Amino acid sequence: MSSRDSILRKIRSLKLDQKPLPEIPDFKGGDNLIEGFSTAILGNKGELLTADELSTKLESGLYPSVYSSVPEFGKFANQALPTDPHSFSKLDLAILKGQFGVAENGAIWLEDSDLGLRAIPFITEHLVIVLDQESLVSTMYQAYDRIGGQHSGFGLFIAGPSKTADIEQSLVIGAHGAKSLVVVLI
Amino acid sequence: MSHPQEAAEFLKDPAKSKWHDDTLWFIRDKRDKMSHSVPEWEELRELASTIKDNVLGNLADYLEKFERNATKNGIKVHWAANAQEHNEIVLSILKEKECKAIVKSKSILTEECHLNPFLEKNDIEVVDTDLGERIVQFLGQPPSHIVLPAIHLKKGEISELFHEKLHTEKGNEDPYYLTQAARHHLREKFLAAKVAITGVNFGVAETGEFVVCTNEGNADMGVHLADTHIACMGIEKIIPKRTHLGVFLRLLARSATGQNITNYNSHFRSPEAGKEIHIILVDNGRTAQLGRENFRNSLKCIRCGACMNTCPIYRRSGGFSYKSTVPGPIGSILSPGLNLQKHSSLPFASTLCGSCTDVCPVKINIHEQLYLWRQEITKAQGTSVKELSMMLGNGIFKSPLAYNYSGKIMRMALKNLPKSMIYNPLNIWGKQRDLPAVPKESFKEWYQKNRS
Repeated sequence: MSSRDSILRKIRSLKLDQKPLPEIPDFKGGDNLIEGFSTAILGNKGELLTADELSTKLESGLYPSVYSSVPEFGKFANQALPTDPHSFSKLDLAILKGQFGVAENGAIWLEDSDLGLRAIPFITEHLVIVLDQESLVSTMYQAYDRIGGQHSGFGLFIAGPSKTADIEQSLVIGAHGAKSLVVVLI
Repeated sequence: MSHPQEAAEFLKDPAKSKWHDDTLWFIRDKRDKMSHSVPEWEELRELASTIKDNVLGNLADYLEKFERNATKNGIKVHWAANAQEHNEIVLSILKEKECKAIVKSKSILTEECHLNPFLEKNDIEVVDTDLGERIVQFLGQPPSHIVLPAIHLKKGEISELFHEKLHTEKGNEDPYYLTQAARHHLREKFLAAKVAITGVNFGVAETGEFVVCTNEGNADMGVHLADTHIACMGIEKIIPKRTHLGVFLRLLARSATGQNITNYNSHFRSPEAGKEIHIILVDNGRTAQLGRENFRNSLKCIRCGACMNTCPIYRRSGGFSYKSTVPGPIGSILSPGLNLQKHSSLPFASTLCGSCTDVCPVKINIHEQLYLWRQEITKAQGTSVKELSMMLGNGIFKSPLAYNYSGKIMRMALKNLPKSMIYNPLNIWGKQRDLPAVPKESFKEWYQKNRS
């Protein structure tokens, strides 16, 4: 017998209590979504900028190599989407559009269609996510309700920059992924 | 060696063990603040526990459903009855891909299966990419905590290690500097790896997707650059529906480190064009634990580590004292199921204070199970010293004369016995403890003088 069949048979041979799945109530969460989301992003060590502030920053030439999938900031981009993410190993900045944000924890949902390549938000040195402030939801419950049965090969919640506290619990921003996360609410 | 002997090793450096104790308590405190900020926290714990009840009662059906959906999405599903089979499956994939070096993100399951030494014996270089795991891997140690693998080390030790392995400046202990050195070192490994291994936090039966959570982004960095992703998952990690992630992701990071959520929460449903995803569903003792009615609930664990951070024994004895892949209170109820002989001292490494049960996000009755394991172990080991003293006590309490005299004898003995009665190697509990101050008279004598 295959391991698959022997594992399943072993489980089925046990007399296990059948308990029903609970209904998940819609916990409403806080009312002020923008305030909640902003507090959470800052708490996660992300930054918040207005579109103008970001433009000023981009004009300063701080980022030599920029990729953008967001048309509003397309004029600052000088990199096209490659076929192999390894070509982005020296990318300084990626600007992506998020689908929606979650006020209780600052998490932002992106899928394959928003990413271009799945490696981009990780391999880039710095990351900007542009988000409609109308898109904010209150809690993770509403977040999954909004995602629903949507089928993407990959989706992720990004809530801040790459970070670690593995050395004596000292917080360090910039472990392996993006060293900073800027969120622009429009 | 038993847990008390191992703990004694850890306590040889009192300053460091005090730091360990305080630091983990600080994390427990952050967890408290974060959980109190969610009004429905207790309801979420109850929901999570009830969802897991349903999962454990229907595990075979959910596993089949998960397999069906994952396969439909283009994921290759493998099944492993034990650690050996799991390791062989990983190796066979690596051979097929002609891969000699892999990157691996945090996975307690691969630790449990001892995957690293197995692959290294087969000439494959394994690079653990979580910073804490890379540190302990350099030292040839296992992680001492499931969420904070290097919590037993001080920055001075890490600085010295990195100076030797990564040629950082001697004596530079700045955590930012050391982290950046690891970032550059691991970036090269990420760019070169053809196969990446990750663990799994949740597998969703309804969609066939699985979720991996990190703060460093190392899991994603590995798998999105590699051509092949191998995910290793214990069969108990299944949850029925996507919407249930809305319960578990609200609990996991808040319980683990006192964060709202981990910074990266990736949902893998099908491979990127031209790439492969494999998932290995591993039993390795889980079906046996499912069959133990008293201990079944331990399989609800989502590996947040909150029970370790709160445990007065774990904080003061360190993760290595448990000699078990999962240390702390949850490890002490999981490990005896895997090897009762080897782990027989673990259920006794507890004050039974119940703090572990109070913080558990899926409401596992950890301290009750510790107590139940003690009974199993005592049954397996025969009459204990404790039982003998209970028998003696029974005789004394039956006779008023014996009771009166034994009190007198005890008060005299406590005053006059040499210190060596407690400070000797036979009495582990005597360490750092003293005998109580002795009252001059018994309560009965006091009552007769003052109230009669």
